[in-house]
Amino acid sequence: MASRRKIKMNMNRRAFLKATGTGLMASAFPISLVKLAFGGQDPSRDFTFGYISDAHIQQIKGTQFVRNWDMGLIRAVREANLLTPRPDFFMFGGDLAQLGKKEELDHGLEIMSNLRGKVRYVIGEHDYYLDLGKYWQDKISPLYYSFDHKGVHFVVLNSILTYHKWTYETWPSPMDRMLAMARLDNPQGSPFMVGDQQIAWLKKDLAKINQNTPVVVFSHSPIQKIFKPWNFWTQDAEKVQALLKPFEKATVIYGHVHQIQYNQIGNITFQAVMATAWPWPYPETYSQSASCLPKITVPMNRADPFFERDATGWQFVDMNSGKTAMHYQLPDNPNRTVIFDAATGKPKDVKYQDYIRRIPPQTHF
Amino acid sequence: MFCIKGEGKNKDTIIHHYRKGGTTLKTSKSCLKGIIRAGATAVLFAACVAFAAPVGLPPVPVPVDNPMTPEKVKLGDKLFHDTRFSTTGEVSCATCHDTAKGFADGLPVSEGIHKLKGTRNAPTIINSAYLHTQFWDGREPSLESQSAQPFLNPVEMGLKDHEPILKIVRSDPEYSALFSQAFGKTGEQITMTEVKQALGTFERTLISGNSPFDQYYFKGDKTAMSPAAVRGLDVYVNQGRCVSCHRIEQTQALFTDNRFHMIGVSANQMPRDLEELSAAVRNVKEKGTDIAVLSNPRTSSLGRFAVTGDLTDIGAFKTPTLRNIELTAPYMHDGSHKTLEEVVTFYNNGGALNETDTVPELLSGGIRPLNLTDEQQADLVAFLKALTSPEFAPK
Repeated sequence: MASRRKIKMNMNRRAFLKATGTGLMASAFPISLVKLAFGGQDPSRDFTFGYISDAHIQQIKGTQFVRNWDMGLIRAVREANLLTPRPDFFMFGGDLAQLGKKEELDHGLEIMSNLRGKVRYVIGEHDYYLDLGKYWQDKISPLYYSFDHKGVHFVVLNSILTYHKWTYETWPSPMDRMLAMARLDNPQGSPFMVGDQQIAWLKKDLAKINQNTPVVVFSHSPIQKIFKPWNFWTQDAEKVQALLKPFEKATVIYGHVHQIQYNQIGNITFQAVMATAWPWPYPETYSQSASCLPKITVPMNRADPFFERDATGWQFVDMNSGKTAMHYQLPDNPNRTVIFDAATGKPKDVKYQDYIRRIPPQTHF
Repeated sequence: MFCIKGEGKNKDTIIHHYRKGGTTLKTSKSCLKGIIRAGATAVLFAACVAFAAPVGLPPVPVPVDNPMTPEKVKLGDKLFHDTRFSTTGEVSCATCHDTAKGFADGLPVSEGIHKLKGTRNAPTIINSAYLHTQFWDGREPSLESQSAQPFLNPVEMGLKDHEPILKIVRSDPEYSALFSQAFGKTGEQITMTEVKQALGTFERTLISGNSPFDQYYFKGDKTAMSPAAVRGLDVYVNQGRCVSCHRIEQTQALFTDNRFHMIGVSANQMPRDLEELSAAVRNVKEKGTDIAVLSNPRTSSLGRFAVTGDLTDIGAFKTPTLRNIELTAPYMHDGSHKTLEEVVTFYNNGGALNETDTVPELLSGGIRPLNLTDEQQADLVAFLKALTSPEFAPK
């Protein structure tokens, strides 16, 4: 292994992209050496982490769970175990369960326990709104925290909180509350938010971080405003963005949207991760008239519903330049890679960004 | 119109069948000029070379740099059957792609020189001209590039390099005449390029449609298939979910999507962990894909991954055509299913021969339990047997 690493380190990025772009033969082995190809200044700080999200493990009854969602998570774990060189750690991006039940979380954890490597967890609304994160905190993870790894400061936020009244005074039972929040387009829903208490914690946490230090925030919902009716939205996103503004390299990685999204707001790069369970469309698809939605430049390739895994997937992330290069692993669909392009100051898809290279979405059968 | 018909001299080849089926090679007049001036001007004309294909099949795609000519077909036919291109002088292309066995060999995995076994089931060559990639893992893009590999594989024909082939074709008087007619080349001018082009051209004549299904579906002959096969077609396109990969289009049916899927066959051979995967990958790097995958079942089980290196391709193999499937048992890339009944059971269980077998973790999302009744499964097999072309139909 060592000798191969050495060879690959001399490979420049263009050559690497050429090799993987044509996707051919021995040049692509071993599986991931991308982090080295991006040529970090200090190789000891180059690293990769894996990201699995939105498994939505769903209990039917007893020990019976929805096979499709199980298979999605099982597949992602199995593939991630074959990634080499090994990622330094894994993130799980939230919505491990569908209805927040202990049985679902336990079953999800059982599948996740096969994943080789340290895993850290972000909570999603499907994990939270039954018992308001009690079982999660007991068995899995704190709701928000930060950690440092090889010169990068990582922050995990609980971004799926909402108004006190909606949470505590609206629903006859915890399961009613859970079911209401589990519905994507529920008019009785409520916008996600990080909340002032957590924002105060974040302010304090970031205060001790040098502004040259790359900062990466993991949240379940996008810390930006895309489409409120589906909660592709965080109500107090601007407050979090303001705290990230002083940093030279800031990135937010979020789940929840079950699709590839990426954009730039000021100094902050936003990237979404794929779900292992099922895809959502970009909301624009369903708007019947002109909207003020952010324009999606490169839509996901159309999924073939025959293949249950199509338009689902997982990803690994290179962190060598202090910015994230996201490698989407997409069964039954071409894999995609989104990198931060220093020249334009924006993230871009290495293959499909050019207009002529895009695969237009199919609008009819 | 200009017709190219096979000479029918070699009764072992499909050209013989061709005449029975009445199929002809056709080109337009402008294409004919292109063929006559084959070579330099081929690019201009070859795009319009096409066969009038049998019922149920589209025109055969012909590469722009290798247009069809009767001379090349004749030469390719001879090369295909020549056993001198193996170290033992006993193995030819036709050894594993036998006309009498549906251009396959009837074995679970093929046997080359000294009865050495490979790891994969010989796919039929019939209609391989339509495939976007060749070999079970699609590691070669064309019939031409594919044709040069088995000569050099130690478990197939075993040559160290292609020199022995060139030596024979450059010195044998019969070949001299054939190469001269086909390419206008003799002696040292003959290279593997011409050998590969002749083989590819010959293989492009192995086209076979016009099955009872084609008559039923595309010609509207409602009596062409048995009632069981008609019911089986319904299972095929609906509850059986077969048609999503083994495709039937509005005007023709290739019965493949030209894609790669991990359907669960020989999942127990797959690398169990990173160490075994790394070993298999090293094997591919050191020996080259062709030799590595045919010499080691574990490396073979990587499937498409051995070509692309994409994790999402592990264990994925090309969707084979189902035309003439009755003739080419046993089935699957490793020949592990003995009968069509077994294949149907396997799919009905969602990728497992026994209902209680564990489903592989990397199973394609297209494979799931089908809940077919015994009768539905029997009907499905009846339908598969209606895909046999008349020239191959058991008498």
